Amino acid sequence: MEFIAYFGGVFEPAAFMLLVMGTVGGLILGATPGLSPTMAVALLIPFTFHLQPVHGLILLGAAYTSTVAGGAVSAILLKIPGAPANIATTLDGYTMAKSGNGAKALQLSFLSSAIGGIIGVLLLIFLTPILAQWALIFGPSHLFWLAIIGVTVIGTLDSQSLAKGLLSGCIGLWLATIGFDDILGTQRFIFHPSLGGGINIIPALIGLFALPQVIKMFAKGRNIDKIDILKIKKHSLFDAIREVKLYKKSVLIGTSIGSVIGLIPGIGGQIAGLVAYDQAKKFSTQPKKFGTGHSEGILAAESANNAMVGPSLVPLLTLSIPGSPTAAVLLGGLLIHGIFPGSDLFNNYPQIAWTFINSMLIGQILMLLFGLYIAAYAARIAQVPQSIMATIVLGLAVFGSYSVQNSMNDVYIMAALGIAMYFLEKFGFSAAPLVLGLILGPIAEANFIQGSLIANATDGAFTYFFTGGLNIFLICVVVLSITYSLRLTLSRK
Amino acid sequence: MVRRIQHSVTSGVICMVGIWILYLSFTQEPSEAFLFPRLVSIIFVLLALWTFIKACLGRSKVGTGLNYNDFMQLLPGLLVSIVYVFWLAKFLGFYAALFLCSFTLLVLYDPASHHLFRSWIKRLVITSCFTAVMYILFYELLQVYTPKGYLF
Repeated sequence: MEFIAYFGGVFEPAAFMLLVMGTVGGLILGATPGLSPTMAVALLIPFTFHLQPVHGLILLGAAYTSTVAGGAVSAILLKIPGAPANIATTLDGYTMAKSGNGAKALQLSFLSSAIGGIIGVLLLIFLTPILAQWALIFGPSHLFWLAIIGVTVIGTLDSQSLAKGLLSGCIGLWLATIGFDDILGTQRFIFHPSLGGGINIIPALIGLFALPQVIKMFAKGRNIDKIDILKIKKHSLFDAIREVKLYKKSVLIGTSIGSVIGLIPGIGGQIAGLVAYDQAKKFSTQPKKFGTGHSEGILAAESANNAMVGPSLVPLLTLSIPGSPTAAVLLGGLLIHGIFPGSDLFNNYPQIAWTFINSMLIGQILMLLFGLYIAAYAARIAQVPQSIMATIVLGLAVFGSYSVQNSMNDVYIMAALGIAMYFLEKFGFSAAPLVLGLILGPIAEANFIQGSLIANATDGAFTYFFTGGLNIFLICVVVLSITYSLRLTLSRK
Repeated sequence: MVRRIQHSVTSGVICMVGIWILYLSFTQEPSEAFLFPRLVSIIFVLLALWTFIKACLGRSKVGTGLNYNDFMQLLPGLLVSIVYVFWLAKFLGFYAALFLCSFTLLVLYDPASHHLFRSWIKRLVITSCFTAVMYILFYELLQVYTPKGYLF
């Protein structure tokens, strides 16, 4: 119950103001089609440099939480999911809104998001210290395999092609080796002076997530996207609460599935929402109503994708392994403030860690309050022409990358990676495994080298890296994720 | 056929990059510093070869490839962005370059008619407001001192 002692920090004026700003901004960004939670958090990181670490993290955490929930607004009112996590919400949300019940759909979505989100953060609060203690038994070989798991799981599950997903991860791992070697100080792969300092994570994240979106907007040319926002009729909030009570089984299914999926590194909200929707349908007494604007569909999908948010941070805060691309971006936010997550996080920085986690809990309540009232207006941002949106995102990307180290090299790296990623995406490569490779590369390498030194002094590399219960378990997870993806590819054929 | 060629060329280029990295990893000294890159580059090349062979056989199904119309639409914006990032920002100064780049992009991509005086005024107002917001945000609030260049 240590976390209770740190609630006061969330209600300090500056912290609370940032929490509100992050929540409202996140809802608006989430409701904007094309601006994913990962991209929103990546673009926000440069703004956190000048803030105290705890304030910066509160802003990022609030944006992460509310962009996922905000994505439901455009899914319901425009039939365009704000983020991949909201795909399942469109199935019943849009149909319900089309039949004149848009307000009801939004209320159900935000109520279930808040329930799922609060339970998810409570899991984060209670599981993290336990896992942090458990993480103490992890040696270099285990941490090496964990980093490899992070890259392979996201490479196999996030990408439609197994080979291209894993190759993207490999490209990320290689990019992480550019610059000076940490142990011997040797120059590696410095083809141009601008690469001398290696690839900084923040400009890379901005380039890989934001710039391809800008180029995609350019590719639409001067065509106008005809977006019709469905009109909203008033609906009693109490009726919506009654409906949530009536279908509490679906909320429970969604929350449970979202929480479990969030804990597994690499599996995102998109899968959580779809699996929860499918399971809620199976266990429902009215399965035929799903897809026709049925409340249970919205409740299951939205509770799942928000319940995933809290647990997705558990592997990040305990083992330094980000559970999702957005968690990877958050890791970047932690590292720039000199905070290294891991088993010592709660001993070295209890105030920062607990205030950040508590702010996510309060953020869920704020997200519900603001979401219910600004959702309908937030959808209007989709009517802003793509040309203006592209210009704004490009400007923020350039200025944000520069402000990391006041270096033009970061801007060049951001632009080069972003342009390359756009073309790679056109050929089936994915940014998420590449980013995970880039972030987990240094962790994997440091532990590989450390493990090799121990192995040379003891029983040799094979015994050190490939034997022992935990090593074998972790290797099995890598093999299983590849086999599962391979089976999935074969079954599609 | 065009799609197959596009996929083959892309994966071929990635394959060549992989082989180059593999070569560098095994030839550069001290070898201890290249232990991890060696491991990564071996897997990189194997996966790149797999992707390349699949593309050559026409089995690369993921990814839409490049469409001529899309490419022609994005080309002007991409060129403006490249000029802005790699040259204009340093030459003119960040804010002046941002103004110029934003205005050019709006002229290129704003769906409003070029024949209406009102459209030009709207673009000018949006660009000025955006540049002003960025100036206040980064220069005044965050105190990020960007290169000045010839203008500001």
